[in-house]
Amino acid sequence: MALARIQVPKEAKRGELVTVRVAIQHPMETGFRYDNMGRPIPKNVINTVVCRYNGEEVFRAEMGSGISANPYLQFYVVAADSGELAFDWIDDAGERGSERVALTVVA
Amino acid sequence: MNKPNRSRRRFIAGAAAGAVIAQSRLARAQLAIQPLGPLIEKLTNGARVNEGRVSVDIPRLADNGHSVPLKVSVASPMNEREFVKTIHVLSERNPRPLVAAFHFNPHCGRAEVVTRVRLNGSQRVHVIAGLSDGSYWSGSAEVEVTETACLDAT
Amino acid sequence: MSGGARALRIAAWVLVGSAAVVTCAAELPIPRSALKQGSEFAGAEVRAMQADEFSNPGMLWVTRGERLWAEPAGRDGKSCASCHRDAAASMKDVATRYPQVDKAAGQLVNIAGRVNLCRERHQHAQAFPLESEPLLALTAYVTYQSRGLPMNVKIDGEAATHFERARERYYRRMGQMNLSCAQCHERNWGRTLFNETVSQGHGTGWPGYRLEWQNFGSLQRRLRACYSGLRAEMPEYDSRELVELELFLAWRETGLPIEAPGVRR
Repeated sequence: MALARIQVPKEAKRGELVTVRVAIQHPMETGFRYDNMGRPIPKNVINTVVCRYNGEEVFRAEMGSGISANPYLQFYVVAADSGELAFDWIDDAGERGSERVALTVVA
Repeated sequence: MNKPNRSRRRFIAGAAAGAVIAQSRLARAQLAIQPLGPLIEKLTNGARVNEGRVSVDIPRLADNGHSVPLKVSVASPMNEREFVKTIHVLSERNPRPLVAAFHFNPHCGRAEVVTRVRLNGSQRVHVIAGLSDGSYWSGSAEVEVTETACLDAT
Repeated sequence: MSGGARALRIAAWVLVGSAAVVTCAAELPIPRSALKQGSEFAGAEVRAMQADEFSNPGMLWVTRGERLWAEPAGRDGKSCASCHRDAAASMKDVATRYPQVDKAAGQLVNIAGRVNLCRERHQHAQAFPLESEPLLALTAYVTYQSRGLPMNVKIDGEAATHFERARERYYRRMGQMNLSCAQCHERNWGRTLFNETVSQGHGTGWPGYRLEWQNFGSLQRRLRACYSGLRAEMPEYDSRELVELELFLAWRETGLPIEAPGVRR
């Protein structure tokens, strides 16, 4: 499974805007490259990344070959209840990946 | 101490230019600028696109076309009544003009996303934002993308 | 001339001669006060990408290396941690002393070479293929433990022959372009080549993430890219020429802190 790193603050106040950052190791193969033998390397990019906060979808990215290799995303989430941010992604070859991180919310 | 030799400097510059020209022929084809009208129409279902509210933050000169940092933000209260639903990033020069689509909802709190994109040459990057009230807004920014100076065959 | 006076004269010349040799070897081509990191020649965005540890793609490999460090391998299922415990302690400042000569192998080795020697000798496991993901990850992780520490390699004793050979290589022209490393990185650093600024050619940011590769790679890969830029035949990975060149670069940057994993265009 592709290695991913997620960054959220250690804790947040309820209602506060939380910065969420994710970096996933993936070549995001464009399909326009050729190998040493002149054969085209097939396209394979992470096409969908979904972020769920305590089970509810908060952010979704549909990406193409125009997103750089080892995709990096930063977005925001409003801190509600303590719980978990879950990331799930899938690439063109059908390979799935997921990573979870705890989010602590104080009153 | 050695003083830089002018003719040697000119030679290095010329040699490097030779390397660059040769590499351009090997590199992926630099497509011509393409009109994004039809694609935008498809994404908005023919709805009118207003200019404004969308801010596209991208370096004026990219260090390398393979990875250009991009920040898109849309002015919106992001509450249940009024929020940004989608942000589409479009390239007028990439072989696939639709770079990405980002989907938001009020839980986001702010309609902003940062990522890194691939840009196939100098161009204008366009962003179309779709709001919860059915309206569409656009913004864009120009980027210069150059080829690398020396051929890297590794 | 009397025997005593003659002996004194010879001794004086020997002293002057050896002083000259020591001075030549000890004098850095770019003085320590003028040394600049590779990141100083990069654009603002690339510098920002490197400086922010989360934004730095190289950290994906450091993280992978951290996981591999604890992974059992080989005949007895030993991990790196089995012997070296916490890398932050045991590997601190290790990268500042490489490349160095491994006595048992009688070879000059870099960090990656050291990792593979450990794998074979102590873990009784197969060496990782050169420039492979696990080897890059472990090299990144080990080098990372010396982040911020100044380079300080030995070039005397067993390293002397390697150093001299590398120095000769550094100043000798090569390739279709017929240029030496020194012509760009010693005489013309700071000037622009196309839209890029020529760096001083240090290795302190390596292994690192190169935007052009969209991948993480070793200093050797970056050096091979230099050869290809000059339209010279690229030496094989881990060839004596490349490891020796790494030693020369390490000496050239004496005093410069390690900034790996670097991000470069």
